[in-house]
Amino acid sequence: MAENAFLKEVAEKKYAYGFETQVETEILDKGLSEDVVRMISGKKGEPEWLLNFRLEAYRYWQTQEQPSWGHLTLPDIDYQAISYYADPTKKAADDGKPKEIDPELMKAFDKLGIPLEERMALSGTAVDAVMDSVSVKTTFRDKLAEQGIIFCSISEAVKQHPDLVREYLGSVVPYRDNYFAALNSAVFSDGSFVYIPKGVRCPMELSTYFRINARGTGQFERTLIVCDDDAYVSYLEGCTAPMRDENQLHAAIVEIVVGTRAEVKYSTVQNWYPGDAEGKGGVLNLVTKRGLLKGDDSRLSWTQVETGSAVTWKYPSCVLQGNRSQAEFYSVAVTNNFQQADTGTKMIHLGRDTRSTIISKGISAGRSQNSYRGLVKVGKNADRARNYSSCDSLLLGSKCGAHTFPYMDVQNDSAVVEHEATTSKISEDQLFYCNQRGISTEDAVGLIVNGYAKDVLNKLPMEFAVEAQKLLNVSLEGAVG
Amino acid sequence: MMSEKQYIEFYQEERAEIFAHSPQWMNAHRDEAFRTFSAAGFPSRKVERYRYTDVAKDFAPNYGINTALRPTDAPEQALYNTIADGSDALVALNTMFAMECQTVHIGRGERPQHPIQIVNTLRGEHPEMVCRRILIVLEENAEADVIIIDRAASKQRFLTNQVVEVQCGDGSHLNLYEIEETHLLCTRYSSMFMRVGANCSVHHTSLTLFNGHTRNRCDVQLTGEHSEVVLNGCVIADKMQHVDNNTVIDHQVAHCDSRQLYKYVLDDSAVGAFAGRILVRPGAQHTTSQETNANLCATRTARMYTQPMLEIYADDVKCSHGSTVGQMNEDALFYMRQRGISEREARLLLKSAFITEVIEHIPLSSLRDRLLILVDRRLKGELSKCEGCKMCE
Amino acid sequence: MLEINNLHASIGGKEILKGINLTIADGEIHAVMGTNGAGKSTLSNVIVGHPAYEVTEGSITFNGQDLLAMSTEQRANAGIFLSFQAPTEIPGVSMTNFMRAAVNARRAALGAEALSAGEFLKLMREKRKIVELDAKLTSRSVNEGFSGGEKKRNEIFQMAMLEPTFCILDETDSGLDVDALRIVAEGFNKLRKPETSAIVITHYQRLLDYLHPNVVHVLIDGRIVKTAGPELAAEIEQKGFDWIKEEVGL
Repeated sequence: MAENAFLKEVAEKKYAYGFETQVETEILDKGLSEDVVRMISGKKGEPEWLLNFRLEAYRYWQTQEQPSWGHLTLPDIDYQAISYYADPTKKAADDGKPKEIDPELMKAFDKLGIPLEERMALSGTAVDAVMDSVSVKTTFRDKLAEQGIIFCSISEAVKQHPDLVREYLGSVVPYRDNYFAALNSAVFSDGSFVYIPKGVRCPMELSTYFRINARGTGQFERTLIVCDDDAYVSYLEGCTAPMRDENQLHAAIVEIVVGTRAEVKYSTVQNWYPGDAEGKGGVLNLVTKRGLLKGDDSRLSWTQVETGSAVTWKYPSCVLQGNRSQAEFYSVAVTNNFQQADTGTKMIHLGRDTRSTIISKGISAGRSQNSYRGLVKVGKNADRARNYSSCDSLLLGSKCGAHTFPYMDVQNDSAVVEHEATTSKISEDQLFYCNQRGISTEDAVGLIVNGYAKDVLNKLPMEFAVEAQKLLNVSLEGAVG
Repeated sequence: MMSEKQYIEFYQEERAEIFAHSPQWMNAHRDEAFRTFSAAGFPSRKVERYRYTDVAKDFAPNYGINTALRPTDAPEQALYNTIADGSDALVALNTMFAMECQTVHIGRGERPQHPIQIVNTLRGEHPEMVCRRILIVLEENAEADVIIIDRAASKQRFLTNQVVEVQCGDGSHLNLYEIEETHLLCTRYSSMFMRVGANCSVHHTSLTLFNGHTRNRCDVQLTGEHSEVVLNGCVIADKMQHVDNNTVIDHQVAHCDSRQLYKYVLDDSAVGAFAGRILVRPGAQHTTSQETNANLCATRTARMYTQPMLEIYADDVKCSHGSTVGQMNEDALFYMRQRGISEREARLLLKSAFITEVIEHIPLSSLRDRLLILVDRRLKGELSKCEGCKMCE
Repeated sequence: MLEINNLHASIGGKEILKGINLTIADGEIHAVMGTNGAGKSTLSNVIVGHPAYEVTEGSITFNGQDLLAMSTEQRANAGIFLSFQAPTEIPGVSMTNFMRAAVNARRAALGAEALSAGEFLKLMREKRKIVELDAKLTSRSVNEGFSGGEKKRNEIFQMAMLEPTFCILDETDSGLDVDALRIVAEGFNKLRKPETSAIVITHYQRLLDYLHPNVVHVLIDGRIVKTAGPELAAEIEQKGFDWIKEEVGL
């Protein structure tokens, strides 16, 4: 079976993205203070309103405590032992962008399978590549600009489209939303900005690739997507980091605004370094993602494949404000070894005839803990709101844990909200059947897991789906037997 | 700590009096409970298990505390306060003030012919707080039907803070029923703790027929293999009623089966909450556990919170939960109306059909039939009218 | 008995009935045939007052009363009965409780006393025989766990219990084998009083062979395009609807 041989080959690679790139990187001294916030803002040449936004967030963050409600054991994070800004691009001109990209950086992204030369790029995908705190390059910008689409790093957007950024930044995730949102709002470095004008169907997949490279730094990216009335965009996000013994902090915010009859598809394949088999190191992935379905008949779908990170704390959410708006959340979360994931979604129904669907597949192996946590809330005026949630957990091995914590809060009598959850293991019968057909147990597990996750993988754009399938196998290597 | 203050002061003032009139084996736990309560205070809504009910508010009014002076003695002294969660403020508060412990003891292999009924009637001229304590012990292979009924005979504000401890010895069978039929001025806190041995069958049915503010907690520890536990509950609430059921089934050992079915019918501005946690500990293989919570909201102002939780640390298990919040089936309503049944009656029939699924599981036929009649009357509004109440007119 | 004038009706903003005129006298049976989606079931739903349908124009009078001003249950209690094409399952509501509520509502409308439990059960037993309905079925929840044929028989059983004066049989023959069809049709004939009228919606001749309609209507695209005697049904069975469409220029 050619496919299986291929999968096995991939599986043996373990974490293939653990290399470190040697580039001259400007790293801010460790520690966090108002001065640091000012310095980050100053380096980016930000206007005063943005500095004030950061400072307010910082002051609020100082009054807050790290949340403890997740089903997670978070290592103590020393926020003073982290550097909040690392710039691997060469000292550049005033606009913050280098004239030339360091060939080492180009190579690094090539190695990750993300060529930044447009002629070599995956067909139909425009990429914004972010390493540490700075956007390295955004491809196909000119082509997109012909249709009025803005796709650039958020630092550039602040300079070139200040009105748009000012209008929407923090409008979906205010800095007071939670502890990590406040931290991000204070120190966010780079990320992508997308604006799709009225009536435009974005002709290619937009994609951001995040890479943590520098040691002892945190990544605080910020993504803002605004999809105006009758527009459409499909957006992909990928992440990796080198293997290191210490934990690295990643606290991002993604905000999405969807206009009337507009549609946004957001897909993530998260493969931050998960730590080694003994649970040492790995990325702490503490992320706030939320979309506002602002206009009537708007649509938003979140699809995520979470295989990396030592700790994942992430709830891509939807606020269904427009009447007849529709939201979807599809998730596969795989944990192995000592990984911990507490992930899920929030569906807040505010408008009439709104619909949401949640499909979550958790797979736990090794000594990992994998939790689904979700909230479905139906507001007083959300007449005839509908939600269907299905959360399945698959356990591989007897030392891991799979947990489900759905919350439902219904305030409207015409709403129908349904939740189903099951927990099971791979059946001996299925394994035996595969073995009898000559498939090794490890391959059989891969096949069965991929089948189990199929409902979600099918929602990913094609190239991502292949990537995600490979990842599932890699992540579960050594989980059985 | 305003709500706590009156209880702390009362205890300090009346301690000697309480000690003088209570059995030593109950007194032995009192000071410890007092320390726990003083230190912890009432749990706030930030505490996961108390999210949906504001305890401090319910305990804030000044109730006279009923310290009935009827010392009792029972052979289970050693078990007293060992099954309940002593760190819980409500348990501690009960332990501070409870002066008698109603005890049901079924000896090894015994099987009483008739169900045992404990009827609590709240009656009084003044607002009153009752600290009721019940201990049910089934020795090996014992069997019993126990019915606990809460009633209120006078239109007065009552606050009940009950703790029930249940010990089921290996091979025992217990059918336990709790029926609350009080009125809008009554507040009830019940904390039930069951410890279940091997090869047992335990069925608990709780029925909140009429009440004011109610919070029922039910914690079950499965400590022996091959036991089954069924927790069923049904709630009919309207006006400003509040009913919060909170369960934990702790599968500590392998080969046990637990099932839960809770159904709520909410009308007017009633608030319902259900939080059920299934915990499967490492090594509790071959656990099967099922949890269902279905709810009917009949008005826009009624509100339902539901929060099923699965927490699983063993891989060879079958666990599932489902919860729904919905409304009447419109097709069924139309079908009935086409047959000439008024909309009001059609709704009544559907509500009754919805809720009686829980009652139909009750094996005790006399009780089942009586409950079916009570539910019918309750849904027709015959039980819930109170004198001089604006909402009832 | 029933008079429909220029009836227009829509569902979800889509017009289905586009001006129906139909007069049915006491004791008459009218067959309504037509292609799928022509509006046959909409017509029956509008007559009995399904809340999803909106009447945008026209009138329906029943024995001189304005039917459109009445609620679904008022119409039922006035004597209108619909045998559903797909009878609804109502889990948890027993046939006995359901039927007792319906029978007593009808009796109240006629000014009769409610039946005692004993009288009611006796009535159930008698009527059950007419459609050869198994006693087991009446002890179940409404239509739950019934086979397709049992559901249809159950509809006629309910008709026997409620003694309507105007019946609509909406594809009562669908899903029935030959024997079941005979039992249902003969049951209907037995129950029918001389003054009872009916609309029979069907695709097939075989039900009409039992019921002997006075008139056959063809409903296409929300309008009655052809009305003739019982021989029309046989002709449609043979030739389909295309020739009628051509005849009326559709």
